[in-house]
This record gives sequence, structure tokens and C-alpha cells, in this order.
Amino acid sequence: MSSLGIVSPQSMHFATPLPLQSGASIRDYTLMYETYGTLNAARSNAVLVCHALNASHHVAGLYDENDPKSAGWWDNMVGPGKPLDTDRFFVVGVNNLGSCFGSTGPMHLNPDTGKPYGASFPVVTVEDWVDAQARLADVLGIVQFAAVMGGSLGGMQALAWSTRYPDRLRHCVVVASTAKLSAQNIAFNDVARQAILTDPEYHGGDFYAHATVPRNGLRVARMVGHITYLSDDDMAEKFGRELRDGKYQFGFGIDFEIESYLRYQGDKFSEYFDANTYLLITKALDYFDPAREFGGDLSLALAGTKAQFLLASFTTDWRFSPERSREIVQALLKNRRQVSYAEIDAPHGHDAFLLDDPRYMNVVRAYYDRVWLETKPQETRQQVAA
Amino acid sequence: MNFTQLQGLRPDLAFIAHWIAPSSHVLDLGCGDGVMLDYLHSDKQCSGYGIEIDDEQIPKCVARGVSVIQQDVQSGLAMLTDGSFDTVLCLSALQMMKHVEEVLREIARVGREAIVSFPNFAYWPHRVALLRGRMPVSKSLPYQWYDTPNLRCATIKDFEALANEVGLDVLECVALTEGVPIGFLPNWRGSLAVFRLKKNDALSLSAPAKA
Repeated sequence: MSSLGIVSPQSMHFATPLPLQSGASIRDYTLMYETYGTLNAARSNAVLVCHALNASHHVAGLYDENDPKSAGWWDNMVGPGKPLDTDRFFVVGVNNLGSCFGSTGPMHLNPDTGKPYGASFPVVTVEDWVDAQARLADVLGIVQFAAVMGGSLGGMQALAWSTRYPDRLRHCVVVASTAKLSAQNIAFNDVARQAILTDPEYHGGDFYAHATVPRNGLRVARMVGHITYLSDDDMAEKFGRELRDGKYQFGFGIDFEIESYLRYQGDKFSEYFDANTYLLITKALDYFDPAREFGGDLSLALAGTKAQFLLASFTTDWRFSPERSREIVQALLKNRRQVSYAEIDAPHGHDAFLLDDPRYMNVVRAYYDRVWLETKPQETRQQVAA
Repeated sequence: MNFTQLQGLRPDLAFIAHWIAPSSHVLDLGCGDGVMLDYLHSDKQCSGYGIEIDDEQIPKCVARGVSVIQQDVQSGLAMLTDGSFDTVLCLSALQMMKHVEEVLREIARVGREAIVSFPNFAYWPHRVALLRGRMPVSKSLPYQWYDTPNLRCATIKDFEALANEVGLDVLECVALTEGVPIGFLPNWRGSLAVFRLKKNDALSLSAPAKA
């Protein structure tokens, strides 16, 4: 159960065009965001939480007190007394550009054409998102975050913060993430994209005008994605070869529980997620590779960072395996950055970063306790000065 | 953490800390709760990392502000570049390792100096236990034979031979009991063997010997 209670989103409009990595730019855009806790007088206790593929600015708290399903996606991590304690920190969640949860995305009107962007929404990168988040931080009066944190794709954003805005964060918390996708990761993403692109209901991305949704494409995309979030062991444990009706049907309907589960997940996802957003976000994942402009040398890419780092990975995560986190750790060690790394032996695959493993939670809690100890004297000094 | 606090918690570490120069870059293998690095950081302005495998210890290190990498010592060392540390510590951890020789070679690769400590199997109460026909159980070897994490039993004399073989010269060797150095009959009276080692400079030391 959430302990933050009812929260509500806010929005911020930006008229100035945002230049994008692709060379394009986007103007007149809106970012949806939520904040929890109070920004202190020294403005030193802000923590930015970056979201992963299918999440949003709704990090914690409830929209409807009678509906536990309205809880934010990281409600177990963020809240009063939680590892990221909102009694201490001012936590900001931002919905990224191109998303389908309120920030400007493909379903919104392109100011140049007066029609929905659809497939013409500019391809955005992790770096573009971080630039947009930095503009929001400017407006909120946050010069330097105490920490920027994220899991999976959110971890990539945290890492990009450390290289793009080294003076604007003191700590960088990267969970179950990677500095670049593997060929296998890209392959899975492309299967998902192909499912959407080849769905006749996609209509070249302008399905809004046809009052339809490429539901089948989205379902398959989600099913493929979901397989990569779970470990083989976890799936075996949860579903095994269990049959839904106890016997083979000798047809192509649902025989096994795992089929039933994946189809349910796919159906649910296709109800709320936008197909163009899925394409955009998987491309952002594929493109992320901060070492690329340094001849593939990640330690060179991270040479300009100033933050202290916490990384965590999960042993059964085969999507972004511990090896990927170790590469980041190794690059940071080469640069003599302060870095701690927890490798949690958890059975739940990639999804473990959203779950409540006490070893994981204890490390994050201990880390934020430490961040708080550093932050507090600043606040006290400020009060004394005032 | 100041020296008095360290001495109260771990007299053996307090003794060893004297050997570490201020502002050194230190690697602590099997750093446990991070107490040594905490002290070296706050009192001697040292930097560095701990490597620790135990889940329970990681949050303790993090809470102290110690940079800790959760890895098995062997794979953890593979992440580190040659000669990147002034001092490598391996304190009361070596006896739990499977590939001792390999770890020592890696220590020599990543560090310029090393400090290694381990329970002295030749400590007299251990000898007495063996004479009575039982495996020793003591404060420094607090486990029964069937549940001990200690895979290796070594004496002060044993270790020196291996250190030389992997390219480490012994600068100092001290036997401690309750953190106090034992001058007389150290291989009998010392419960903890502590070696201060320096990477052997192959050119200046071994080449003239061959000529």
C-alpha cells in the first residue's frame, strides 16, 4: 500500500525549440511531471527518478485511494520512510518526450501541420530526454540534483546525466541497466517493432485518423518484451508446463498457462500503450551508446563524470545482465570515481529491479542515508545563514 | 572514524593501518563491513575500493560511505588495471580463497605494495589441539572442521615461500595476538600472521642474482 497518499501530476509547457540528436528539433512541447516531498531552502535535496519503457512520471503515490492499482510504478522504493525517503528528499518524476502518458508524443498535434505527429514524431534519444529533463529542472530551480536515479532505460538516463551534466548531480544511481544494448537486445526490439509496423491497422503510423489501433502488433511486441523481463527459472516456477484446462486442446488456442499469461499481458498493454511510442522508445534504447563517440571506450566516455555512483544488477537478469553493469563499474574504476556495486542474487530476472528484494532495498536505503547525511549539513548551513 | 575507534573495534587493523601511507590509493580484498577503508579515508585521506562478496556486508560498507564492489575477489580483481593501487590489503581473507596463488599474483599485478594477514595455523594453542588429536578451534579459527569457511591452513613459514614465488618480496612480517606484535617465537605465539609485501622488481633483484 502506498504511503504517499494521493498525488497529482503537473505539466510544464516549453515554447523554445529543443534541439535533438537527430538534427531535428521539437517546439511547443509539454512535459508531465510529479513531485513528492519538499525542496529545501538550499535546493540541495532534489532527486530525479527516470522511468523505463512503459512507465511514466507517476513514480509513487496513488491517484485514487480506493484503487491500489493506481499506485506509482516505483511506490515500493519512493515514499515516506521508503529507501528513497520523501520526508528527506524532493523527488521528481518526469514523463519523457514521445511517451503516451501526457508529455508531448506522437498522438499530439504537430504545431506545423495541425495534425497528430503519428510516425512523423521526431526520433528522440536518451540524451534528448535528459536535455528536456534538465530544462524542467531549470524551471523548478534545481541547479544540482542530490541524485539522479533510474532502472533499466531509466538507468541509461541517469548515466547520460552524469556525462552530459556532470556538475548537475552529486550521485548517480543506475539499476539493472547497461551502457549499450547487445545485438540480442536490438534483435528483440526489432521483432517488437516489426510486429507493430506490419500490423495493417498501423496505417503508416497515422492510425489515429483511422480511429483504430494496431492492437495485434502491440500485443506481440509486449509478449516478446515480457519474455525478456522474466528469467527462465522464474517462468518455470510460476508456470512450468501447467495446462490451463488440464488437457491438450489439439488446436492453436491457449493450452499452457504461460500462453494465457502472455496474451493477457499483451491485451492489457495494447489497451493503454501507444504503438508509435513503443517504436520510439525501443529506438532510443537501441541508439544509446555513450562510448560510441569515444571509439567504443566507455572509460573515456565516463572520464568527464563528477558524480559518485551506485550500481546494482540482478544475477538472473539476462536482458541487462550483471556483466553489462560490471562494464560500467570497470570504466568508473579506471577513472577512479567513487562507485559501489551490488550484484543481487535474485531469481526474478530483469523485473527484479521493481520488486522488493531486501538485499537490494537495503543497499539503496543505505546509499540514500549517506546522501542525506551529506545533504543535511548544507540545509542547516543555509538555515543558519538565513 | 578515528584511530581510537578502530583500535577498539579491530586492534589487528589498527596495527596494520600504521603501514599505510596517508593519501594512498587502497584496495581492500574481502573488506567486510568496510571499517578499515572507513578509517583510512577519514583519518588518512586515503581513497580506494573494497571488494566483498557477502550480501550482508554491502549495505554496511555503503552506509559508511565506503566504495564497495560486490564481487568474488578473483573476478573483482580482473576488473582492475595493472599497478593501479599503492597498497592492496587482503586481511584475514586469504585463508577462505580457493585459488590463493592466483589471487596473490593478481595482487602483485594491481598493487605496488600489499599487506596480507591470515590466522597462523602454527599458533601454539592450535599445535596443542592437534597434539591432542583434534582440529584447532580458537578465537582466530572459530569454526569446527565441518563448517569452516577457511579452505587453507598456513603458517608464517609457509606463506613467505609462496609470496616469493609469485613475485612479492617480504618487507616485514609480524605475528599479532590481540593486535599486539609478538617478538619472541612469533610462529608459536602469534595467532595472526601479517605480511607487508612489495612487488618484486624483477630487473633489479633477480637479474644480478642470475649474473
